[in-house]
Amino acid sequence: MKILLCASKTPDTTTKINFSADKKSLDNTGVQFILNPNDDHGLAGAMDLKEKHNGQLTVIHVGDNSVEPILRRCLAIGADEAILVNANPSDAYYVAAQIAEGIKGENFDLVVCGRESIDFNGNEVGDMLGEMLGITSVAYVSSVEINGTAASMMRFIDGGMEKLNVNLPVVITVTKEFAEPRIANMRGIMQSRAKTIKIVEAAPVDALTTLLSLESPPKKSGAVMIDIAEAGKLIEILHEKEKVI
Amino acid sequence: MPVLVFAESIEGKFHKPAFEVVTYASDCAKLLNTTVAAIAIGDISDDELRNLSKYGVHHILKTSDARLKDFNSVAYAKVLQQAVEKCGADVVVMSSSFDGKALAPRLSAKIKAGLVTQVIDLPKTDNGFVVKKSVYSGKGFGEFNINTPVKILTININAYHVSESPVSAEIEAFTPQLSDNDFPVKVLEDIRQKGKVLLTEAEVVVSGGRGMKGPENWGMIEELSDILGAATACSKPVADVGWRPHSEHVGQTGLTIGPNLYIAIGISGAIQHLAGVSSSKIICVINKDPEAPFFKAADYGIVGDAFEALPKLIEAAKRIKSMS
Repeated sequence: MKILLCASKTPDTTTKINFSADKKSLDNTGVQFILNPNDDHGLAGAMDLKEKHNGQLTVIHVGDNSVEPILRRCLAIGADEAILVNANPSDAYYVAAQIAEGIKGENFDLVVCGRESIDFNGNEVGDMLGEMLGITSVAYVSSVEINGTAASMMRFIDGGMEKLNVNLPVVITVTKEFAEPRIANMRGIMQSRAKTIKIVEAAPVDALTTLLSLESPPKKSGAVMIDIAEAGKLIEILHEKEKVI
Repeated sequence: MPVLVFAESIEGKFHKPAFEVVTYASDCAKLLNTTVAAIAIGDISDDELRNLSKYGVHHILKTSDARLKDFNSVAYAKVLQQAVEKCGADVVVMSSSFDGKALAPRLSAKIKAGLVTQVIDLPKTDNGFVVKKSVYSGKGFGEFNINTPVKILTININAYHVSESPVSAEIEAFTPQLSDNDFPVKVLEDIRQKGKVLLTEAEVVVSGGRGMKGPENWGMIEELSDILGAATACSKPVADVGWRPHSEHVGQTGLTIGPNLYIAIGISGAIQHLAGVSSSKIICVINKDPEAPFFKAADYGIVGDAFEALPKLIEAAKRIKSMS
């Protein structure tokens, strides 16, 4: 079984987000970049499936070579190879199209993406990629079992969960329930040094959207404090003044 | 060129997010000086469909192919593609629900129409087509131009107020061309909690953190939540230790919510938690640590023990509910 993980690079979850003076990009000063946490759950679940079904796991990223430590970590955790599409990831359509081009002729059985990247929160690449590859896509998947050429899975729906069956190949976008992230061990780190990161040049693709500006949310002016002895007053204020209950 | 809105239904009924996106589509159409068409998929009565016209829908496409009973993004994208062609729509609006966010990208790639998800406001159309969305899990906002003739938007749940602008609507049966290959997904079972307010669409959310000390103390959170008609939520550590189900975890790696009122009890307000709730309109924080970072993001705060505050809140909530 051939598995592909689409890996996105995001700021660490504890990052205080500031934007550059021209408001066009993130202010990278002091920011630690990591594998998108949702993709990290995807990586761990993909490894579980690879080990169970004697599969092969490839990791792909669209971006520049600053991602190398992140891809090396994926290889150390057990991915067999990595592909870097050398391109400026300008929107989700562009990224999905670069991935579709970058894996042309490869015929993966299962493509795994985190449900969204924690930077632009798009939830877009996985289902776009499914359409571009002409295969099924299932979003918000929490668990997968592979049975030969089919998969049974659970996915989130509004107000609950759904159990479904689908034939391979399929693209899934996964939630954190998919698997707990793994930690690379020393043996994996040693082995990863011998594994290759294949670099592919970008295909000509036009993005469909353009980022114009970024801004921080307005700061709150400070909380109105209520004495605990009169905690009930809070409810009255919410009812009478704010009219939210 | 009308605005086309996908009005999602659950078991034949429209929920609040459907009326939100329909209101959005209606306001968007006024801005663009055009009309609103809606597409509804499933076994929905005409009376229920007519509810959409209360919010300004002029033309309702009703698709009741039995094979579309269960959502699958492959078939639904084909239906939407054909509806876009039929109406000549140049703006397509849907909810940022689980299904909306699965369908929109598939449709975007299919018809090469630019997509922006989790939009929070009407487009600016004086120079291009510019929409605003939350980014970095609520730690920022971004403005994006959509460069293609057809534009697709998913609207953040609770970001847009439902308001009525009744018109008379025409209901038309719409039968898209679908083949058996468009149904690759076989749904075995839907497991939905009955009678509970959905966390993602709740107007009021009562949330507990580690300050609640243990799962056995959640009775008070649930009681307050029931009185207020709220949904319950929790912080990541609480879900991680199994005091509450993962489906209640709000934050950067959990659900992102934007209710009118968020009451956080015993949650310190780590940056990852704030990311998931920062678009709430009113935030109330109850924490015994006066230095808890959450107070900086709050509108109202109480410093003190959850177990002292909760009975008082419950009592006051009972009082205002008995009067209304």
